Amino acid sequence: MSAYDPPVFRRATRDTTAPVAGGVASGLARHLRLPVLWVRVGFVVAAALGGLGVALYAALWLMMPSDARFVTDAPGLESAIRTGKRPRPTSRLADVGPAIALGALGIGLVFLVEAVLGGGALFWPLLLAVGGVALLWRQADEAQRERWLDTTGRIDPVRAVFGAGTWASYLRVIAGVGLVVAAVTIFALGSGELSLARDVWLATLLGIAGLAVVLGPWVFRLASDLGAERAERIRTQERADVAAHLHDSVLQTLALIQKNADHGPTVARLARAQERELRSWLYAGESADAATLTGALREAAARIEDEHGVIVDLVSVGDTGMAEGLRPLVLAAREAMVNAAKHAGTGRVDVYCEVGASHAELFVRDRGAGFDQAQVPADRLGVRHSIVERMERHGGTAVVRSAPGEGTEVRLSMPLEEE
Amino acid sequence: MGGRGGAARVVRVVVVDDHAMFRAGVRAELSSAASTSSTADIQVDVVAEAADVDEAVAAIAAHHPDVVLLDVHLPGGGGQEVMRRVHAAPTTEEHPRFLALSVSDAAEDVIGTIRGGARGYVTKTITGPELVAAIGRVAEGDAVFSPRLAGFVLDAFAGSIQVAAVDEDLDRLTEREREVMRLIARGYAYKEVAKELFISIKTVETHMSSVLRKLQLSSRHELTRWASDRRLL
Repeated sequence: MSAYDPPVFRRATRDTTAPVAGGVASGLARHLRLPVLWVRVGFVVAAALGGLGVALYAALWLMMPSDARFVTDAPGLESAIRTGKRPRPTSRLADVGPAIALGALGIGLVFLVEAVLGGGALFWPLLLAVGGVALLWRQADEAQRERWLDTTGRIDPVRAVFGAGTWASYLRVIAGVGLVVAAVTIFALGSGELSLARDVWLATLLGIAGLAVVLGPWVFRLASDLGAERAERIRTQERADVAAHLHDSVLQTLALIQKNADHGPTVARLARAQERELRSWLYAGESADAATLTGALREAAARIEDEHGVIVDLVSVGDTGMAEGLRPLVLAAREAMVNAAKHAGTGRVDVYCEVGASHAELFVRDRGAGFDQAQVPADRLGVRHSIVERMERHGGTAVVRSAPGEGTEVRLSMPLEEE
Repeated sequence: MGGRGGAARVVRVVVVDDHAMFRAGVRAELSSAASTSSTADIQVDVVAEAADVDEAVAAIAAHHPDVVLLDVHLPGGGGQEVMRRVHAAPTTEEHPRFLALSVSDAAEDVIGTIRGGARGYVTKTITGPELVAAIGRVAEGDAVFSPRLAGFVLDAFAGSIQVAAVDEDLDRLTEREREVMRLIARGYAYKEVAKELFISIKTVETHMSSVLRKLQLSSRHELTRWASDRRLL
């Protein structure tokens, strides 16, 4: 039954990456495997000969789907494009090009209408209307392209129409709508009386309203489906971006480790930093941002690990939002960790933070050299100033316990503000 | 630590981990660490390795090790599945003791593994001598609490102090157990905990075993809810 593969249909698509007017010619050229210049010349010649080219172009523009689909590239490259680390393919022509093309299209239209109707009452309104519609289609293409590249997830009606909101897009929509309205008006006035013109306008608006009622729900449902799908796509993309970022940083770390292979402490520090990053992404979803007390401490611990090449083992029980009143606690803890990293000489610091009902308690401990507190000269500001006085100034307490050979423990306590 | 008896005691160990590189690393580290002076009274002998649940169950049945070093994440259902199947199998021999060893610090994995029957939990960044000491402790039937595990335990039982019902012994930690857990979380070693609280090391070990038992047997729904909350975070 399946002795042969089903035939694969090649579909012609419009080229949206480098369109002159609608990307029909280059899309068609790609599909027919012809030089794009031939196709363009063909359209122009056909347009000159009785306007057939214009009609063909318009029909193909309407029928051929856009090729703006998901980029399929290596994950790292895609992610780099999305996060702006790589240039994305840009439009070949500046905004002037399409304008010229549209102008040419309009001239072609003049020929077409003159050929069909031999001039007359319908000529100018029709010319204006077609010009307006062409402008609107052009903008619809731009907006669609924007939507595919959009990363915000929601379908914004304004963005759906105007795309990125450049002056060109506004101009296109305004000019397009203006031309269509002018066309209808001229057509209405062309039949003579003002009251008749009003009737024509009324009929037009009623027609539009009727269409909206009939198609509205369907369009709405389509839009919400599209929105859901887009949200899913963006989540996937975000995940892919994070994965790509992590893999990239692992690559960097591996490169650095190769370079520093004979320097043990550097390798250990690199490996530790990388492990921390991977772990936080793979497992706990631990955030190291400063939104919570634990997050702020984790951030501080990570910094000290990187700067001083020690291991800071942070254990926390409970958590609370990072209020202004807790900042001195974090700063004091940081100072204590730095002291332990610098002076203990063991390369290891244990930090324990417990958030209770009324207090946040924090212990920074090392098993290092320790010191005799009575022997510390008064001018050594480190502990006394940065830790003890800072805590006391802000209503907390700090106790330093140390003895030579028995390590040091700094115990910090800060009352929590009432909600 | 040290000085539990005269001659070196041989602890037979099976290493279960799906990463071959890590198994080789542990084997090398254990053999080099065992020869250092601080842990001279414990001799670790790696009798087998296994890379997934089926291999692990087979290796344990074949070699009857004293201690199984068990990875938390394992093809075939994870470390918990290994413990379930080993405990379900009929055997005349004593069941081995499990020490969980993992790179994952996710709280629900850790608590889940302890509740599955592990006597302790250490992360893979542990040093060789520390690992040997932990294996020795588990082999003797004691519990091994790393600072991180102590933190998770405190978190899990947090708020249970207000529970008035006295008969629900399993559902809360005593004040003493909490103190011990807090000191462990602060990075204190067992003997430092003992010194700090003016109790013997044996008493510290008793408290630890009691906490471990509560963690394994407690059916308090807060514990389950806590685990699922953590998953959501």
